Amino acid sequence: MNLSPILRIAAFATAVIALTSGGALAQKKYDAGASDSEIKIGNIMPYSGAASAFGVIGKTEEAYFKKINAEGGINGRKISFISYDDAYSPPKAVEQIHKLVEDDEVLLVFNPLGTPSNSAIQKYLNAKEIPQLFVASGASKWNAPSSFPWTMGWQPSYQGEGRIYAKYLLKEKPDAKIGVLFQNDDFGKDYLKGLKDALGEKADAMIVAEESYETSEPSVDTHIVKLKASGADVFFSVTTPKFAAQAIKKLAEIDWHPMHLLVSISASVGSVIQPAGYENSQGILSAAYDKDAADPQWNNDPGMKKFTEFLQQYYPDGNKLDSSTIYGYGAAQTLVKVLQMCGDDLTRANVMKQAASLRDFQPDTLLPGIRINTTADDFAPIQQLRMMRFKGQNWELFGDIMSGEMER
Amino acid sequence: MSAVEELASQAPAVQAVPKRAMTLSSGTAFVVVLLLLIVPLFAKNFVIFQLTQLLYYGLAVLALNILTGGSGQFSLGQSAFYAIGAYTSAILMEQYDVNYALTLPIAGIICFAAGFLFGQPALRLSGVYLALATFALATAMPQLLKLGFFEKWTGGVQGQVVTKPDAPFGLPMSQDMWLYYFTLAVTIAIYIFSVNLLRSRSGRAFMAIRDNEIAASAMGINVSLYKTLAFGVSAGITGVAGGLGAIAVQFVAPDSFTITLAIQLFLGMVVGGVGWLPGSFIGAAFIIFVPNIAESISKGLSGAVFGVLLFLVIFLVPHGARQVAMVGQQLLERARKR
Repeated sequence: MNLSPILRIAAFATAVIALTSGGALAQKKYDAGASDSEIKIGNIMPYSGAASAFGVIGKTEEAYFKKINAEGGINGRKISFISYDDAYSPPKAVEQIHKLVEDDEVLLVFNPLGTPSNSAIQKYLNAKEIPQLFVASGASKWNAPSSFPWTMGWQPSYQGEGRIYAKYLLKEKPDAKIGVLFQNDDFGKDYLKGLKDALGEKADAMIVAEESYETSEPSVDTHIVKLKASGADVFFSVTTPKFAAQAIKKLAEIDWHPMHLLVSISASVGSVIQPAGYENSQGILSAAYDKDAADPQWNNDPGMKKFTEFLQQYYPDGNKLDSSTIYGYGAAQTLVKVLQMCGDDLTRANVMKQAASLRDFQPDTLLPGIRINTTADDFAPIQQLRMMRFKGQNWELFGDIMSGEMER
Repeated sequence: MSAVEELASQAPAVQAVPKRAMTLSSGTAFVVVLLLLIVPLFAKNFVIFQLTQLLYYGLAVLALNILTGGSGQFSLGQSAFYAIGAYTSAILMEQYDVNYALTLPIAGIICFAAGFLFGQPALRLSGVYLALATFALATAMPQLLKLGFFEKWTGGVQGQVVTKPDAPFGLPMSQDMWLYYFTLAVTIAIYIFSVNLLRSRSGRAFMAIRDNEIAASAMGINVSLYKTLAFGVSAGITGVAGGLGAIAVQFVAPDSFTITLAIQLFLGMVVGGVGWLPGSFIGAAFIIFVPNIAESISKGLSGAVFGVLLFLVIFLVPHGARQVAMVGQQLLERARKR
């Protein structure tokens, strides 16, 4: 054979490439932020500013990854969790995301909190093809795999929960006259949209009054008086904790006793029901997807026992009655599951692929029967909720697990 | 004697700054511009993004500096003009397909008009009363942006996503780098304009009003005209800064323009040195980088650490970066004499 030197080198090079790439398929694959020893995960949280109460979520997640590392990491790799403060300000979130991606070079961004901050970073992360995984916001727009294939939500969407209340009403009280009190922002409007969508053609007839309030208003009393005057017999309270408690008190004060539906984010016993008074709160209806640490029925639940042990050992400052610790635990556990499923292929594309292939996964803190399922065209991990009624000093779950999915 | 008159006869809160001391010497300016031109070529993308931030926040602080340092009027409402500028750029770009560069002058003109109009009622107020009136403007703005009536344009609480422009003429540059140089060009243009404005007849009128309003009117200066004009110019520049900010951040939402932003800009001005134009950019660097430093010291107490750092700065160098620069200059001169 009389090959020229150049040809010979080319042939050799081809052989080398063929051999190594063939081997690499079975071997480890990494994108920036992952290596044999480490997986870098970025996060932004409002540790300061108006929404700083949610900072507990970030701290819980940090503690949970500490636990995973202490137990040997994920397939031998330690998680390094880099979490920055965005003070709930979208421009600050953009700055911190640039830092995480370009300076710290994280593999993925996990559970960034807040609808405005996530809206601000969504386009950037999708253009850079970096996973924006398990967004901590209940807006429905995170489930759009065709236009934003790198963004995925986690908790049930506000719209989905609104649809569940509509389904309940259509079944139990089809002639209801609904009066809605909602916060005038994306959160309030999403719930209202879910309710209306699921009521369908009957929405106009069933909803007799809508009152919106601004978060800057000192009290919602006047709105409630107006709703009572409208003759409504169902009161749908789309409120954040402070206003939810005001509404419960005012209802008792003016002696109005409609069927009271309260959205899940204000269903906290500690921050809403107790201040509003147990006697005023009897019979209120709400929905839940995770367990309530204040509820004695979970005292012997293996999942909640693991959760309590985790708090004691890794996050002793954490309050188990704070729903944010339960939330952070569940979200972090879901991410660990996804990373375990990734195996040795820690590329961003594979992270999204595995995140979209969750089958009946059940974090310790979710209610029995509620499971996480995702597919390539369903980026909404938790879609189920169970209705509950307040009785005595606790919520009592009742009925079947309901899905907030749109019926197609 | 009413409280307002009392205030007017007291020593002015803003120190009189001779106009020469308001700018950099041409040699220093040359070095700074050269550095600003070269550094991005060797920096990471993230650093370029931060430098861009520094420039447009610097512009917003500069605008406030013209108002307070130049004409002696306070404003805690700059975030409102910043928001108007940002929204103007965002809406024009996304809904009317206007070129991003063209949206900036439009944002500037709209904000100039807004500032000029707001300056009319503000004329009756001075000192802390004026600060409070502008404060009201800043608190009202995020809610106005959420109004259902404007939602068609503003996107309501959801905000509006903005597309980042590519480098023109097929220049081999990343979007971030192009945006940096674009911002730098706008910044330099506005900086030169501001320096010239303060050296002009109008600038002298601003400063005369700042130093003594009664004496200024006795000299034939149309006090009300120049006061509102200062408000207008300041708002206009803030609007351009807001437009640049919207393009760089690629997103506008009511929550981006809360009173916190106005206070940050005010802080930047004080730290940079009231009335010293180059200090605006040092002040902007303070409000961008110091919170990050504070966070790296303690995550849980970042606010407290920031407070301590701010206190130290105000306590040690009450006149901000200007004081540091002046001390540095004196030391240099002394060294030369030896």
